[in-house]
Amino acid sequence: MLDITKQSLSELIKNIKNKKLSSTEVTKAFVERSEKSKELNAYVTEDFSAAIDKAKKFDENPNLDLKLPGIPMAVKDLFCTKNVKTTAGSKILNNFIPTYESTVTQNIWNEGAILLGKLNCDEFAMGSSNETSFFGCVQNPIDKDLVPGGSSGGSSSAVAAQLTPITIGTDTGGSIRQPASFTGIVGLKPTYGSCSRYGIVAFASSLDQAGPMAQNVRDCALLHEVISSYDEKDSTSIDFKRNNYVRELTNNIKGKKIGIPKEYRVDAMPKEIEDLWKKGIDYVKDCGAEIIDISLPHTNYALPTYYIVAPAEASSNLARYDGVKYGFRADGENLIDMYEKTRSEGFGAEVQRRIMIGTYVLSSGYYDAYYLKAQKVRKLIKNDFDEAYKKVDAILTPSTPSSAFKIGEKTNDPVSMYLNDIFTVPVNLAGLPGISIPAGHDAKGYPLGLQIIGKAFDEQNILNIAYAMEEKINFKNKITDWWIK
Amino acid sequence: MSKDKSDYLINRKDNQYEVVIGLEVHAQVTSESKLFSTSSTKFGAEPNTQVSLVDAALPGMLPVINEYCVKQAIKTGIGLKAKINKRSVFDRKNYFYADLPQGYQISQFKDPIVGEGKVILDMPHGQKEVGIERLHLEQDAGKSIHDLDPKNTFVDLNRSGVALMEIVSKPDLRSPGEVNAYVKKLRSIMRYLGTCDGNMQEGSLRADVNVSVRKKGSKEFGTRCEIKNVNSIKFMQMAIEYEANRQVDLIEDGQYIDQETRLFDTKKNETRSMRSKEDAHDYRYFPDPDLLPLEVSDDFIEKLKLEIPELPDEKKKRFIEKFKVSPYEATILVSDYETSNYFENVIKKSDVKLATNWIIGELFAALNEKSLEITESPISAGNLSKLINLIKDGTISGKIAKTVFEHMMEGDKDPKKIVEEKGLKQESDPKALEALIDKVIDDNREKATEYKSGKVKLFGFFVGQVMKVSGGKANPQLVNEILKKKL
Repeated sequence: MLDITKQSLSELIKNIKNKKLSSTEVTKAFVERSEKSKELNAYVTEDFSAAIDKAKKFDENPNLDLKLPGIPMAVKDLFCTKNVKTTAGSKILNNFIPTYESTVTQNIWNEGAILLGKLNCDEFAMGSSNETSFFGCVQNPIDKDLVPGGSSGGSSSAVAAQLTPITIGTDTGGSIRQPASFTGIVGLKPTYGSCSRYGIVAFASSLDQAGPMAQNVRDCALLHEVISSYDEKDSTSIDFKRNNYVRELTNNIKGKKIGIPKEYRVDAMPKEIEDLWKKGIDYVKDCGAEIIDISLPHTNYALPTYYIVAPAEASSNLARYDGVKYGFRADGENLIDMYEKTRSEGFGAEVQRRIMIGTYVLSSGYYDAYYLKAQKVRKLIKNDFDEAYKKVDAILTPSTPSSAFKIGEKTNDPVSMYLNDIFTVPVNLAGLPGISIPAGHDAKGYPLGLQIIGKAFDEQNILNIAYAMEEKINFKNKITDWWIK
Repeated sequence: MSKDKSDYLINRKDNQYEVVIGLEVHAQVTSESKLFSTSSTKFGAEPNTQVSLVDAALPGMLPVINEYCVKQAIKTGIGLKAKINKRSVFDRKNYFYADLPQGYQISQFKDPIVGEGKVILDMPHGQKEVGIERLHLEQDAGKSIHDLDPKNTFVDLNRSGVALMEIVSKPDLRSPGEVNAYVKKLRSIMRYLGTCDGNMQEGSLRADVNVSVRKKGSKEFGTRCEIKNVNSIKFMQMAIEYEANRQVDLIEDGQYIDQETRLFDTKKNETRSMRSKEDAHDYRYFPDPDLLPLEVSDDFIEKLKLEIPELPDEKKKRFIEKFKVSPYEATILVSDYETSNYFENVIKKSDVKLATNWIIGELFAALNEKSLEITESPISAGNLSKLINLIKDGTISGKIAKTVFEHMMEGDKDPKKIVEEKGLKQESDPKALEALIDKVIDDNREKATEYKSGKVKLFGFFVGQVMKVSGGKANPQLVNEILKKKL
């Protein structure tokens, strides 16, 4: 049998159900590999001994009817986990232990999975390289000193390096799809309202969405099936009929109309990305789908719109971290002094930058020019997609304008960093589902991803397209375990 | 607006100033649970025992609107004859304070749930209409307690997230008297509706008072000051009186009034500057992305209309038309729901005129003396009704009735039993009365002779004597008749 940690989620489930593997064996294997992989800095909090205990308990009386029977899983440290420290990658929550569980993680444990630990991420999910985390940079297993993307950088690194069979991230502007693309894995951002935001540390409420990150499309579909649920505790959760995403998964996409938006051919896009996109078009054609050129005319405005809306919401969402009730508190002469010191010392530079941008765009006198206008543009961006979907079933684009870059390469140039999200951000603004799949390598051997964007609630369709393409692409991640001595 | 003859004016030398007042009333919604969480709203619990994860703003916690509070706000809107907005939006009002866990208050800024309406005041000089600008729903903050420790402030989050209705009046009020009538009327309407208990001691009703002055006859408004968070009608009136005079003095002195927020110091009876317009917070309002716009259907509103009881204005009209009580009496009887209810229960089986007099007179005085509400009255409506019937059918005199009433106040006893036990029944037997009168005349032979010789004033003396001898029980009408014959 294949090395346990090299198996996909689906294989592990099969082997546990066939009693070829116990949950304890599987959990121990991932714990051991995680222990040997500390250099990646993927974990913020390890919960390994508890995980092994839970696995043993599972094996005593295994319920094999569950969808994730005894499967160990580490999750992004933005999900509140009961009695397990939850930091959001920030000093300000360095000592925060929730007494409650997020709906998404609860759904996962309800299906038999076991928490391995909490994965590193950009502070409050604000970043595209995992470099804003208070707990340090995460290494991309593809190559040393390469960023794993962000904000779900610990998650992408952990799945690519096989420290966890599968994981969940959150995606506000690309935080699942971009790191998935940088590490050669699959990442799905579901439709806004598909997964409950209850218990997820908020960044930008109207954009945040949890989603699965996996080694392949089938695993991704399975985890999506588990985490997507209507939740009364989240007023923006949507009560729609959810598919049985795995059972309905098919590689038959004959006759599907795939749109190619011309506006995504951005200036200075590397030829490698251009070529990858062309290859992607050929793959879907091979699968019998029809290619249709489309226009999403307001694409250019997506990034500036995002960098108004997201910081505005963040500036308000992060007001609760004031040192009064929980988390880090700095001593101060008086209340205001305590606030100022707590927030200056507790938040990192990128978070402070975004709070300031957000505060500015909401200020009286600027609100109409920035926030209100951004909301109007957001509507136009959504209308673009609505128009396009009258003609096509899904849209194919690159996931990112480049492959992974080196740690430190872009830290002093926030705008260049923000440009990483250029292909992913419109999807969040329009509330649509998008999936990134590994589709090839650049000259350096770094993975590159393609994104398939779907209609709202049409995750099944983009999963199917991704599934069909995956078969054609037959991507193999080039990982040498360089960090294991 | 109807004619305003209130003439509350401030005089200085040759100038007369009119006072212009607008109120922002914060009324706590009567509801078991908070606006966006399921915690209890019960008053008086131990600090921080009614706080959910949402109320304490823990990471990842989300607000979920309490439908009951929405219904209550719409009902109140209907009671204020106001426009109900089928689509309203919750906004975040951002500011930092220790008792505001989220760092923002969820409120409604641009699109409130209720639009323009009106309230009718019954003033001594006639009716006055006060415009309502809007009503919106918002969360209350927690409470900071500064006096438990010399160095630290304590925070109690029990109130955090409790639903409030902010009811904003137009600047239509012109005197402390009108403010008194306005707040009482608003309170009365909400109590009829069951949407706010109006309990000012428990902080269920507070107001921010906007005051400006202008020379009489002027059409333009003066610069206003806002007096924050005044929690009794008496203090509102005192604050307005002080503030209006302060502003007039400034103008008379050739100075300008700064638009500012002020506090009313109840101990010193003065208002003090809290912050100027320049220091005003920038609340950075924006729609709360955790909540979808609130949309209600016509059907939802129509169903709520069916739940609206008869309100004070309509009830007053009915009392005047049906029971022929005076407008003055009707205003008092409908002023709160419980009183009107009590009244209607009493008159089910007894005379309206007597009932009105007994309730407004004796009962109110007695309750007032004991500081009791009508709901705490020791005398039930049924027993008051019986007492009135005993007067009406001549069993007891009005005077004896007062004695019986006093006994009833000590505990809700059947007045018939009191009359029997104490032997207070009126003597109406002519034979018994004749005997009594004969004895009185006999005992006062000289006076009887004087009367007969023309000193008619002495008739009253004889009536008094008969009543005295009978222990007040003699039927006064019969005594009169028999005495006239006998003398």
